[in-house]
Amino acid sequence: MKANLQAIRKWAVQTARLCCGIPDYDVYVKHLREHHPDRPVPSYKEFFRERQIARYKGTGGRCC
Amino acid sequence: MHTAVVKPSPAGKLLWAAIAIVGAWCLGVVALRRGEPINAIWLVAAAIAVFVIGYRFYGKFINESVLRMDPSRATPAVLRNDGLDYVPTDKWVVFGHHFAAIAGAGPLVGPVLAAQMGYLPGTLWILFGVVFAGAVQDFMILGLSVRRDGRSLGNMLRDELGPVAGVVAMFGVLVLMMIVLAVLALVVVKALTHSPWGTFTVAATIPIALLMGIYLRWLRPGKILEVSIIGLALLLLSIWAGKYVADSAVWSAAFNFDAKALAWLLIAYGFCASVLPVWLLLAPRDYLSTFLKIGTIMLLALAIFLAAPTLQMPAVTKFIDGTGPVFQGNLFPFLFITIACGAVSGWHSIIASGTTPKLLASEGEARMVGYGGMLMEAFVAIMALVAASSLHPGVYFAMNSPSALIGTTAQDAATAISQWGFVVTPDELLNTAKNIGESSILSRAGGAPTLAVGMAQLLHGIIPGEGMMAFWYHYAILFEALFILTTVDAGTRVGRFMIQEIAGLVSKPLQHTESWTGNLLATAICVGLWGYFLYQGAVDPLGGINTLWPLFGIANQMLAAVALMLATVVTVKLKRERYVWVPGIPACWLVVCTLTAGFEKLTGPISFSAAAQKYAQAAADGKLLAPAKTAEEMQRIITNNYVDAALTGIFIVLILTMLGFAIRAIVRAWGINHPTAHEEPYVALANVSTH
Repeated sequence: MKANLQAIRKWAVQTARLCCGIPDYDVYVKHLREHHPDRPVPSYKEFFRERQIARYKGTGGRCC
Repeated sequence: MHTAVVKPSPAGKLLWAAIAIVGAWCLGVVALRRGEPINAIWLVAAAIAVFVIGYRFYGKFINESVLRMDPSRATPAVLRNDGLDYVPTDKWVVFGHHFAAIAGAGPLVGPVLAAQMGYLPGTLWILFGVVFAGAVQDFMILGLSVRRDGRSLGNMLRDELGPVAGVVAMFGVLVLMMIVLAVLALVVVKALTHSPWGTFTVAATIPIALLMGIYLRWLRPGKILEVSIIGLALLLLSIWAGKYVADSAVWSAAFNFDAKALAWLLIAYGFCASVLPVWLLLAPRDYLSTFLKIGTIMLLALAIFLAAPTLQMPAVTKFIDGTGPVFQGNLFPFLFITIACGAVSGWHSIIASGTTPKLLASEGEARMVGYGGMLMEAFVAIMALVAASSLHPGVYFAMNSPSALIGTTAQDAATAISQWGFVVTPDELLNTAKNIGESSILSRAGGAPTLAVGMAQLLHGIIPGEGMMAFWYHYAILFEALFILTTVDAGTRVGRFMIQEIAGLVSKPLQHTESWTGNLLATAICVGLWGYFLYQGAVDPLGGINTLWPLFGIANQMLAAVALMLATVVTVKLKRERYVWVPGIPACWLVVCTLTAGFEKLTGPISFSAAAQKYAQAAADGKLLAPAKTAEEMQRIITNNYVDAALTGIFIVLILTMLGFAIRAIVRAWGINHPTAHEEPYVALANVSTH
């Protein structure tokens, strides 16, 4: 039950962040560690700022 | 490679038969019962049954036979995983993200306007339009993009239809975007005209967003949820405070604007907001409006289920003959133009070929996200239709008819509307206005206010209390305005990038998005383009929405037709000609609708040129026609109508050009006996190390 609730919470947080254009930070860090160990790992703050700006550069992420 | 087909169990067959029977029964009640009002639950139940059946059978058929989505094939998210843009993501998370991106103000506006023909025509178009056109478009474009590295609609058109087709389509997208921004901004203008309460709460979102932006940047970086809760609390506070603003003589005068002033304020706002850094204003308000949108949709669903309202609007009104006050034109083609988002929306093809295909972990999940996501949006449209149809029809027409037809006093409006056969007293109109804390409800077209009154009545039925109706009304207005302002801001930025790209062809330095000259110049052009149409709407004789919404509908359906043409071309190029009708029939239908509507708006009794000629004739006779008060204003209305006619002409040329390219590609591909589509090569998921 507790595990279920935690899974739902994780899903909700991940979805809510992605709806705002912020992908999962842990997944990104894991990806960097495994595939690009030479690159520096950004802090969540740096990661957040970079993604925030990137969201509004594309060609329209929303509908009317 | 095909997935093994699992034979349905007898219990499964029985269940689907039961759903089909229940659905058919509910639909029968909705469609056939005449003379006595029916409950909204019938309509909601019919919609759910149709969606479930459409998803299970038609969606599955497209998945397996037309697109042939293959769960064993590696998706771009897996192949190009970079942890940022391309990330294999849980399907429910992708679904939530995709739905939040496609659902906007559109499905809430179109069905409300279309309710003038009764609830039945709109319902049928939403239900069958989404199953056979809208969801097909979203799903197929998503499927095509997943097979092409997550490429955009424009890129896919260039690859499959030729480079010129890609450029023509992108030009169409830019024009569509300008119309979208103008129409949405006009919805806000219509809702806030002479409404100090509404104007105050919407204005308050600016300092609230700035505060959130600063909080998110320096105080608690990246704590989106936390800051959104604070923002929501402040928003609710501003709705509460708005009542005192409206009651105070000094403050209400400060926030009381006419349509022209509001249009100028929005234009100035759009310019300033889109040159500020995104973290300061745009991003925080975007978070707030995203969460508020999802929350409000859930609230609306809850309200409809709990209140179970009776539909007071007749199933079909006499206005199917094209004489309706809300928008002009016959049921065909204008119903299919008026309800775009909710039934089929071209804009979705941009999102389905944007971030979503880069997140799918498996091709097997594309149906749920693409087809399922669009069905959800259609459900939102059905709810908007229910909210509008559960209003007293007299109130509905008072809110949505232009003052040229119903006058400017409650007495005149009640007389005019009662003559149409929807008996209403002036007191009923005045009481409704009083209950929602406004001075007047007349001629507030644009969907948002009507939906807000509908929602306020539904919610008030569940949570009664003194003054609650006014609170809910202003909550609903604030929700739509917040969302629309975010779209205006983000849309202006995107438009600016597009304009800078085009300007870069002439002068390279203008292309640099960091250059302030290029930046300000392109923003000014972009704001000028949509601002022109917004201002035109604010001074329009028929109230603006009546004139501009068909233009928006034609443009949006035109883009949908282009997306479906692409899907048709690719189906032929893959040598799956026997399924060409799946995207082909909706593509043809939309071409027929947009061309017919386009020609009717170009020449004939309801056309822009007829309106221009009417004013030109009066001007030549030295007369003034309302709302023009001077000869210059007469001249401006004439010019505006000719601009709209020219724009309609551009849309017609655009769609015919794209049709030509599509037919050329189809004819070529039909004659070749091997597949010629530009898909990325097959890579087995099993061969990719996914750690």
